[in-house]
Amino acid sequence: MSDSLYQEIILEHYKHPHHKGLRDPFDVEVHHVNPTCGDEVTLRVKVVDGVVEDVSYEGQGCSISQASTSVMTDLVIGQPVDAALTKHEAFLELMQSRGQLEPDEDVLEDGIAFAGVSKYPARVKCALLGWMAWKDATSQALEGSSA
Amino acid sequence: MGLSSGLDVEAVRKDFPVLAREVHGHPLVFLDSAASSQKPRQVLEAERVFVEEHYANVHRGVHTLSQEATDAYEGARATVAGFIGGQPDEVVFTKNVTESINLVSYALTSSLGPGDEIAVTEMEHHSNLVPWQMLAERTGARLRWLSLTDEGRLDLSNLSDVVNERTKLFAFTHVSNLLGTENDVPTLVARAKQVGALTLVDGAQAVPHEPVDVRALDVDFYAFTGHKMLGPTGVGVLWGRALDDLPPFMGGGSMIELVTMERSTYAKAPERFEAGTPVISQAVGLAAACDYLTGLGLENVREHEIALTARLLDGIRSLDGVRVLGPDTTEMRGSAVSFVIDGVHPHDVGQSLDELGIAVRVGHHCAAPVCKRYGVAATTRASSYVYNNEADIDALLAGIVKVQEFWA
Repeated sequence: MSDSLYQEIILEHYKHPHHKGLRDPFDVEVHHVNPTCGDEVTLRVKVVDGVVEDVSYEGQGCSISQASTSVMTDLVIGQPVDAALTKHEAFLELMQSRGQLEPDEDVLEDGIAFAGVSKYPARVKCALLGWMAWKDATSQALEGSSA
Repeated sequence: MGLSSGLDVEAVRKDFPVLAREVHGHPLVFLDSAASSQKPRQVLEAERVFVEEHYANVHRGVHTLSQEATDAYEGARATVAGFIGGQPDEVVFTKNVTESINLVSYALTSSLGPGDEIAVTEMEHHSNLVPWQMLAERTGARLRWLSLTDEGRLDLSNLSDVVNERTKLFAFTHVSNLLGTENDVPTLVARAKQVGALTLVDGAQAVPHEPVDVRALDVDFYAFTGHKMLGPTGVGVLWGRALDDLPPFMGGGSMIELVTMERSTYAKAPERFEAGTPVISQAVGLAAACDYLTGLGLENVREHEIALTARLLDGIRSLDGVRVLGPDTTEMRGSAVSFVIDGVHPHDVGQSLDELGIAVRVGHHCAAPVCKRYGVAATTRASSYVYNNEADIDALLAGIVKVQEFWA
């Protein structure tokens, strides 16, 4: 059932999410919702010296949104903000590819499992929920530190 | 199959070309008619013939096609009016139920003020909630609502408090799009009449499925839409018993009597509420859908759906880890059945069922407060109609078991 969509990696992250739970300290907390399905995520970011020190989150939603958020935290925590934003761009591009893009495993690691999601336009928003929340929170954290 | 009712479902299915297609290698099982129904050949044919042979703008010219188009359009109005026990001049063609309700809510703006109240219920589709919130905001009136019982019914214990002497309008759904609950319209209307409040009923989930007589219901306004009752998208209906009491909603062509540079006077209903070129061929299609349903017999349709709904409710009851939101029996109930599967998000349920060719709706169904009331973010909803058979219900039940296995 759903071979191309529900990859084993996605199911694994869904059942055992990484970095889940809200933690202190943090710079910014954001709350994002997907109004079409009611999925939501509350996400916190801590940036220290231009490095994503921690990303923590709570949320409820489908397997795609929860697993994608889990994979995202693996990819960005410990990365310089610039490198993390590059991964965000790569994941966004993959999601908008409608299945036409071969993802780069060196950049996206477990994130390549979501390549199949891009063939399901109704689910792309699910996969992007956590990523968009992270980008929003990180942008706010950077504005806060430069102000 | 379906022999117990007067509806020959296998004959009906032949009228719906889409039912012959496959989805992901499986025969299509379409259980999303509460969102929008499929269309029979007869409706498509009526629109095609009208557009190919009689089409022109209506209420305009003296030429032959214009007259034929006007006759078809007004004939459609008469058919639709007759379908719900109303008169042609009580029927306004709108875009959909949302527009029908917004029409009334805007037209009532000057009739309400601080101290007045508007009553609704907690089970409304957003289309019968948000316009009243906006009207309350515009006028300073207060919005009140009936809440829901654990069984998915309206809690009528404080009806006389929620609908009181200050209530100017009581708006409620005939049948809930999420819970399937059919409301006791006479009881609600009787209370509104006691206090002199107008009543507006959202019939989107009732008119397609059962005989509705607006005079017998004794309501003031009744709204429904074409695309949920085998008709085209883009055409909805507002029925009103005294539409001439309302000021216009939108201004423009066709809704006027006399126009000068300074001011205008307005046509009588229904033209008063149909500014601009109306939905012409869609209205013709909707009339064909009414004729189709009349041909099947609305009592037969109702009986057919009760049998399918009973089969689905019984089947779900026999499964572990699946819970129905809303009435658990077919008593005072429509055919929309919302359920949750323990541990599986509705999006994943819907996606997994789609892999089996089964189309259901997932999400909050534009009734987010209902989800909140029952402590869920979303549900999966299966809704059957004239073309569904027992095999469709059995496919869904088997699909639910496969979903549980996959997500275990």
